[in-house]
Amino acid sequence: MSSSGKQPSTSVHAGNGDASPERISPFRRTLHALIRDPGALTGIIIVGVLAILALVAPLISPQDPYDLAQLDIMDGRLAPGATSMNGMVYLLGTDDQGRDLFSGILYGLRTSILVGIISAAVAIVIGTCVGLLSAYAGGRVDALLMRIVDIQLSFPAILVALIFLAILGQGVDKIIIALVVTQWAYYARTVRGSALVESRRAYTDAARSMALSDKRIIFRHILPNCVPPLIVVATMRIAYAIMLEATLSFLGIGLPITEPSLGLLISNGFEYLLSGDYWISVFPGITLLLLIVGINLIGDALRDILNPRQEG
Amino acid sequence: MNEPILSISNLTTEFRVGGEWRDVIRNVDLDIHPRETVAVVGESGSGKSVTALSIMRLLGRNARLSGRILFEGQDLLALPEEDMQRIRGNRIGMIFQEPMTSLNPVLKIGEQITEVLIEHRGLDHAAAMAEAARLLEKVRIPSARQRLNEYPLSFSGGMRQRVVIAIALACEPKLLIADEPTTALDVTIQAQILELIKELQKEEEMAVLFITHDMGVVAEISDRTAVMYRGDVVETGTTEQIFKSPVHPYTRALLSAVPQLGSMNGQNLPLRFPIVDMATGSVEPVKPTVDTVRLDVPPALRVANLVTRFPVKKGILRRTVGNIHAVENVSFELREGETLSLVGESGCGKSTTGRSILRLTELTSGTVAIRDHDVARAGKRELAEIRRLAQMIFQDPFESLNPRIRIGDAIAEPIIAHGLMPRAEVGTRVPQLLEQVGLSPSMADRFPHEFSGGQRQRVCIARALALNPKVIVADESVSALDVSIKAQVINLMLDLQEQLGLGYLFISHDMAVVERISHRVAVMYMGEIVEIGPRQAVFENPQHDYTRKLMSAVPIADPTRRRVRHLSNDEIRTPYREAGFTPPPQKYREVDEGHFVLTQHLEPAA
Repeated sequence: MSSSGKQPSTSVHAGNGDASPERISPFRRTLHALIRDPGALTGIIIVGVLAILALVAPLISPQDPYDLAQLDIMDGRLAPGATSMNGMVYLLGTDDQGRDLFSGILYGLRTSILVGIISAAVAIVIGTCVGLLSAYAGGRVDALLMRIVDIQLSFPAILVALIFLAILGQGVDKIIIALVVTQWAYYARTVRGSALVESRRAYTDAARSMALSDKRIIFRHILPNCVPPLIVVATMRIAYAIMLEATLSFLGIGLPITEPSLGLLISNGFEYLLSGDYWISVFPGITLLLLIVGINLIGDALRDILNPRQEG
Repeated sequence: MNEPILSISNLTTEFRVGGEWRDVIRNVDLDIHPRETVAVVGESGSGKSVTALSIMRLLGRNARLSGRILFEGQDLLALPEEDMQRIRGNRIGMIFQEPMTSLNPVLKIGEQITEVLIEHRGLDHAAAMAEAARLLEKVRIPSARQRLNEYPLSFSGGMRQRVVIAIALACEPKLLIADEPTTALDVTIQAQILELIKELQKEEEMAVLFITHDMGVVAEISDRTAVMYRGDVVETGTTEQIFKSPVHPYTRALLSAVPQLGSMNGQNLPLRFPIVDMATGSVEPVKPTVDTVRLDVPPALRVANLVTRFPVKKGILRRTVGNIHAVENVSFELREGETLSLVGESGCGKSTTGRSILRLTELTSGTVAIRDHDVARAGKRELAEIRRLAQMIFQDPFESLNPRIRIGDAIAEPIIAHGLMPRAEVGTRVPQLLEQVGLSPSMADRFPHEFSGGQRQRVCIARALALNPKVIVADESVSALDVSIKAQVINLMLDLQEQLGLGYLFISHDMAVVERISHRVAVMYMGEIVEIGPRQAVFENPQHDYTRKLMSAVPIADPTRRRVRHLSNDEIRTPYREAGFTPPPQKYREVDEGHFVLTQHLEPAA
C-alpha cells in the first residue's frame, strides 16, 4: 500500500475537515443539547426538584400521613399557615382528616412518580419485545400482533384501566398492572415502526450480507437505533401514566385512602372547593400540574434533539 | 461583449453557526453576459449552491451577505424584500436539483404553472391555461394540453424536470439559474434535459448560470466556467481555456480525476486515475496495472439464467396480478481478479442482480454459484459461508455503517461472528485492515459520523475485506462520492485487486468510471443483459442500439468534442408484466470472441 498509505492529504473534500472531530458519545451530546434548551432546562429543574422532594419525603415532611395516630381530626380543614393545638404549623393547610397537606403532597408525589416510572419501565420492556418481534418476523406474526395493538388502542385507556381495577381491586401493584396494560401498545407500535425503518436501511443489509445472526442484528444493530424515538414516547407516556393514575385515584378506584397519591388528595378536597377550602384540592393539583408540565417540556425538547433527520 | 446582465463583485456570505459568523463563500466575483452560459463547478461544500441562493436571496435568517450583486443595473442586495420578490421567478428563474420534491404533489401541473402566470404576468385564468399549454409544448412535453390536468405523480423524473423548467420560463426571465438540474436524472434523460436547456436558451435569449459538480456537463453546456473550491472562486475563464490549460492546482486535480469516456481507447487493462497534489499541482505518475485475471482457476462466481421477479399484489385476497421483471434470464461468470461491470440506468435490474447473488433478495429461478456453493439452495450454514466468500459494498456510505457502532467494532464484528480468528488476534487485524484501506489505525474508536464520505467508504471496504472474500459486489459504491474522492477510492480498489486477487462485480450507472475499472462489461436494459463482452470491445465497438444510446448520452469532459445530438424524448419503460407473461427466449449473437449481443424481441431503444 503505497499510493494511499497516508490519509489523503490530497483530499479535496471540503466537508467537516476543519472542525475537530466530536469525540463525545450520543448520550452526552443529547444531555448537552438538553441543558442548552431553556424549555428543557426549566423542565429538568422542575422535575428534578419534585423528584428530590419525593425521594427525601420521610426526612423533611413534618408528619407521616400514613400514620393515622399522628392525625388529629380536630385539625381538619385548617387553612394554610394555621397552627395546630400541639404547636405544629400546617404550611399548606390540612385536609378533612386533619392530615398535613404539605406532607401529604410529598408522599403523594412519591407514589405518583413511582407508579409512573415502574409502569413505564415494564410497559417499555413488553412493548419493545413485541415491536421488534413484529417488525423482524413480519407476515402473519406481524399482522396478528399489530391487530392486538390496534384493538388495545381503540379502547380508551381509562376504560381499560377501570375494567382491570374493578377485577383486581385496589393497591399500588394493581394500578401498575392496569397502567402497563394500557401503555404497552404505544411502545410496541413505536418500536415496530422504527425497527421497520431501520431494518430497511443499508447497514442492516450490510449486516445480513456478512451473515451475522438474527439475534445480533436485532439487538446490536436495530434496537440501539430505535432508542431515540422510544425515549421521546416514553417521556410523554410517563406523564400520561401519572395523570391516568391521578384520574383513577380521583375516581376512587386507584389507590386506597391510606396511601394518598396526588389524585386522591385532589379528590379529597373536591367537595370542599365550593365552600371556600380551596387548598385541599388546589395545592396537590398545582404539584401534579408542575410535574406533568415539567416532564412534557423535557419530552418536547428531546423530540427535537433526537429527530433522526438532524442526526449524522 | 456588451454589459453583463449579472455582475457579482466581492460577494461574501456568512452563516451563523453556534453564535459565530462563519464565511461560506468569500469575495466571489462573477459576470454573466446576456445569452451566455456560465458554469459554476465544484465539489460538495465548495459553496456553489450558496452562491446561487445568495443571488436569489433565498438564504434564511442566519445568513449575512455582503458585496454587490448587480442585476440589470440594480443592486439586489440593497433591494427591499418586496422588490426582490418581483425579480425572483420573474426576471430570474430558478431550477433545483430534485425534480421529485420541487413540485407540489397535491396540485395539478396546470395550477402550478398558471399560479406563476397569474401572479407575475397578471393573466386571467383562461389566458394562463393557454399559456401554460404553450410552455409545456416549449419544453417538449407531448400532448401538453391534456397533461395540464394531471398531478406530478404521473410524471417521470425527467418530465417533472421539464415542468420545473416550464415554470421557470413562465415569465420569460432574462437569467436562468440551474442548480444541479440533471444530477438526479439518468444519463440519457440528463442528455435530453441538457439539450433542452441549450435550445431554450437560444429561443428565449436568456443567460444561464449553471451549477454542477460534473466536469462533463460543464464541457457540454457552458461558454465560461468558474471553478469553486472551499468557498473561493479559484479560477475563471472560457470553458476551453479551463479544460485546455488549467492554472490552479485544484482545477487540474479536478480535471485529472474526471473520467473521460473514450480516454481508454486502445487500452485493454483497467487504469488508475492520476492523483494531483492539491498544494503543488504536481501529478503523481500512474502505476501500470498488472493483469490480475485468473484464467487458470474456475470462475469465482457463476450466474446462469438468473430470474428475479417481484409480485405485484392487489385486492383483499392479495392476488398476484402481475410481476415486476427486475432481472430476466441473466447469465455471466466472474473470475478471480476480474472486474465485471454491470451498467445501465435506474430500474434496469443491475442492483437486484447484485442483491440476488448474495440472496439479500430471494431469486425466482436460475442458479448462482459462488465457488461450488449453490446460493439459491444453501441452508443457513452454507449461506453464512457464501456471505463470507462474497461481500457487498453499498452505495451510500452514510447509510451502510451503523451510526451507533464504532468503526473498529464494525470491522471486527464479522471476524468474530464467523469465528475466523481468536478474539485476541482480532485486535491486531483491525489496524491492519484500516491501514490497508488507507486509514489510520488510531481511527478505530471513532463513530461513523466523524468521517467524510470517502473515508466511510474506505471503512466499508475494510469491513468487507475482513472476511477475506473472493468476490466483492460493489453496488454503485463510488456514485455518491465527489470526483476526486471517487478517483482515490477506485485506485484503492484496483490496488486491492492486485494484492488480494479480488473479483469485483462493479454495479454502476457511470459509464466513464466503468470504462476505467473494468475488464469486462455487461450492459443491462429492462432486466436483461443486452450486450456483454471485454470492455474494449463493448466501448470501442458497441453493437446494441441501447449501448450506443447510453454511450452517446454520456457527457464528454472536453469542450472541443462537443456534439450536436438528436435525442428522442422517450423514457425508460417499466418492466411490469401481467401475471402469466412468459418472456420470449433470448438469442445472443457472438460478435467477436466473448462479445455477445442480444439480438431480437427488444423494441429498438433509440
